[in-house]
Amino acid sequence: MRDNQGMEFEAVIGLEVHAQLATESKIFCACPAAFGAPPNENTCPVCTGMPGVLPVLNRRVVEFAVRTALATSCKVREKSVLARKNYFYPDLPKAYQISQYEMPLAVSGHIDIEVEGETRRIGITRIHLEEDAGKLVHAGAFAGAQTSLADLNRCSVPLMEIVSEPDMRTPEEGGAYLRRLRDILVYLEVCDGNMEEGSFRCDANVSVRPKGQKEFGIRAELKNMNSFRNVEKALEYEIRRQTEVTLDGGTIVQETRLWDADAGVTVSMRGKEEAHDYRYFPDPDLLPIHVDQAWVEELEKTIPELPGEKVARLVSRYGIPRYDAELLSSSRRLADFFEASVAAFGGNPKVTANECIQWKDVVAAGKLSPETIAHVVEDRETGKVSATASRKLVELAIETGKPVRQLRDEKGLTQVSNARALEAIVDKVIACNPKEVESYRGGKAGLLSFFVGQVMKETRGKANPRVVQEVLKAKLG
Amino acid sequence: MHEWTLLDAAKAVRDKEISSRELTRALLSRIERINPKINAYVTVLPEAAMREAAARDEEIARGIVRGPLHGVPVAIKDIFCTKGIRTTCASRILKDFDPPYDATVVERIRSAGAVLLGKQNMDEFAMGSSTEMSCFGPVLNPWATDRIPGGSSGGTAAAVAAGTCFAGVGTDTGGSIRQPASLCGVVGMKPTYGRVSRYGMIAFASSLDQGGPIARTVPDAAAVLSVIAGYDRRDSTSVDVPVPDYVAATERGVKGMRVGLPREYFAEGVDDSVRTAVTKALTSLISLGAEAVEISLPHTGYALSTYYIIAPAEASSNLARYDGVRYGYRAAGAKGLIEMMSRTRAEGFGEEVKRRVMIGTYALSAGYYDAYYGKAQKVRTLLRRDFNEAFDHVDVILTPTAPTPAFRVGEKVDDPLTMYLSDIYTIPANLAGIPGISVPCGMSPDGLPIGAQLLGKHFDEESLLAAAAVIEREIPLPRVAPLEG
Repeated sequence: MRDNQGMEFEAVIGLEVHAQLATESKIFCACPAAFGAPPNENTCPVCTGMPGVLPVLNRRVVEFAVRTALATSCKVREKSVLARKNYFYPDLPKAYQISQYEMPLAVSGHIDIEVEGETRRIGITRIHLEEDAGKLVHAGAFAGAQTSLADLNRCSVPLMEIVSEPDMRTPEEGGAYLRRLRDILVYLEVCDGNMEEGSFRCDANVSVRPKGQKEFGIRAELKNMNSFRNVEKALEYEIRRQTEVTLDGGTIVQETRLWDADAGVTVSMRGKEEAHDYRYFPDPDLLPIHVDQAWVEELEKTIPELPGEKVARLVSRYGIPRYDAELLSSSRRLADFFEASVAAFGGNPKVTANECIQWKDVVAAGKLSPETIAHVVEDRETGKVSATASRKLVELAIETGKPVRQLRDEKGLTQVSNARALEAIVDKVIACNPKEVESYRGGKAGLLSFFVGQVMKETRGKANPRVVQEVLKAKLG
Repeated sequence: MHEWTLLDAAKAVRDKEISSRELTRALLSRIERINPKINAYVTVLPEAAMREAAARDEEIARGIVRGPLHGVPVAIKDIFCTKGIRTTCASRILKDFDPPYDATVVERIRSAGAVLLGKQNMDEFAMGSSTEMSCFGPVLNPWATDRIPGGSSGGTAAAVAAGTCFAGVGTDTGGSIRQPASLCGVVGMKPTYGRVSRYGMIAFASSLDQGGPIARTVPDAAAVLSVIAGYDRRDSTSVDVPVPDYVAATERGVKGMRVGLPREYFAEGVDDSVRTAVTKALTSLISLGAEAVEISLPHTGYALSTYYIIAPAEASSNLARYDGVRYGYRAAGAKGLIEMMSRTRAEGFGEEVKRRVMIGTYALSAGYYDAYYGKAQKVRTLLRRDFNEAFDHVDVILTPTAPTPAFRVGEKVDDPLTMYLSDIYTIPANLAGIPGISVPCGMSPDGLPIGAQLLGKHFDEESLLAAAAVIEREIPLPRVAPLEG
């Protein structure tokens, strides 16, 4: 955006992601970490902060975070420290959250993203572990509610906080970073990546400055964005707002702002916010986390091909467009399915990619085999089935679980591509429509599709339209 | 039979010379007579104890012996969580709190066969040196009921000295087992940090707290320690070191043992009667073959102030959970959340607890952290180094446990700084994480007990027990306070 003197502004964006780790149990006790249990079902004396209890760190949580750190090129620290963040709130039973402060688990990594054909490297400042808090349910409206109920199921569910460097300049870059990060976590199977259920949450720090200026502007922290699209929209809105305030000669205040998705605006939380002093100190109930090199090396072997690498490989190996490769790589399962489908037949990967993308939800649900796609693609390439019939066949295969070729034969969905077999029907159609034949021969070339339609009607859709056209053209002269 | 040692009582039950029910009944009736004079118990469990005793007797009849404490009535400080049995920390804020689980220490004494008589009075949340800071009122010293018993495990020490249980388990954050043991004429041991699980022991200062035995003899204390010590996966700070035969260690003797005498501990401020008694303890050790070595622990002078940063800092965080939301006391009639939490804490905590929560909150505050908590941790490292270096030259260190015998009730209650000085000799062991024991070594001219403290290397409780047992054998003293019941 420019002001009337032509001054150009740019945004500086940094993102903080809280990812819920997909471990069976909570971070400091054996309670299930699962979502959706009846209130206070998944609790025990430890996660409800009873007097005398002690936390014991879940090794799996560290493992998941170390794998994330390795997948984002972070440096895993040999020794890191769990610290207490002290504050009073009814959803926080110990009145402190166990988190990491001065010595996080991993630091100094990066993720490469692709925006408008350009690769940008986004730095990762730190990855640290912490526990989630519970949830309050207010009887009646939030303001003026007479009672509040605490559901402590979520207390001590493991979270990993991933903090980026302020390296992004546009909402698109923010969105691309988030999607890539989410895909990486899902690939690693350390987080289910579900933003709506809150297992992947994002806060954004954003400021604007005149382009070319080195110093950052005053930043606002944006919260309450529960989808990628909302993050992008909130960033867009906030960048515009800050630019306008600056152009109007106003000043930006450092504050937290909530994204109101319905109104499409960010709203200041000022007034509610107090100057918090969390009185962080190392938790004396927990020993420092030691991650030895041997363990790191062992975990390094478990890192699969990551989304960025996979996209590049799919493009170069199969010659499919980058856009398709991105879509296929959005899930490890889909990409694997695509490769298995190509391997099962070896036909045109682009057609196979289209099919895989078209059926991606079914693939995700595990209701489709690569052979089905391979056979359908092969039959279309050899002209045995039409595009319409192939869709119908896949639907039937999903429904009945029968092999697609068996279905094709049973339902008579084979396409007639044999020119000689079609000649009699073409002759019949020509004989029945003398007027149209005359008009066509008189120059009305557009009538060809009329004849094709008539032949298709006669064959009840089984004729290969390409062959029908050729035969018609030959006969009509 | 209330004067028997715990080991004799356990043997008598095992040999069917007496039933657990007879023992338990005898002690319950003694509690009934004596406790009103000293206020050592906050909860007595007559029915449950008799039920447990009957069950232990049945087991004996079937030839089952659960463990070394089978059928022996004991009691614990009211800081250990007991499932379904009120656990208060002597605080109004937990006055009606029934824990949903047992502390590891409780599980262990139960599986060793002990019968639980009740829960013992203490300074609120273990913060105090006189057991006057209890919402149930002060505990009185059974040797002189106008005197305090020491604290914070004063209820346990007084109950043991008064013969109302064969042994007890207390906790020690800055001397809370050793100092009352000294003032009540009993044996009290703070094991190495990590030796006894803290799971279920309500936290005061997590990096300093340690549970340990209080008993009338060194072998009795050793027997209880054998039961409660050991690794617990529920406590990340407990250490997986094998538990040796502590009772056997009391027979080892001290031949060739090098006993360190830190000059900083014998400087000014030590009462003459204490100096005389501790010297006698040293003489007894030397007479049985130990060697005295003068040593220096140069950072001793900083221990008290270091402790009074670290302990309150941790306490301010540990005690934040008492907010009236989920359990314990809740102020009535509050309008809104903040008022409810503030009033609950204002009404639920006593003065000393509030004082320490405020000190600790201040010490951790942004801008002060480095100057206070950060600096205190550095000094702590220096103190630990002092001990490590000393233990290159000596096997154990001998000091007074407390600078004076028991003081009068009310004497120091309005003067926290003077009160804090009662723990000046015990605090360094907590900061260093090393084990310490207090063993009776004499009486003041007024007839008040005096204890000697022995400090040892990490996980070398055995040397302490060996030396303490020698002092105990060489200086015969009455084991039960002459309280008429």
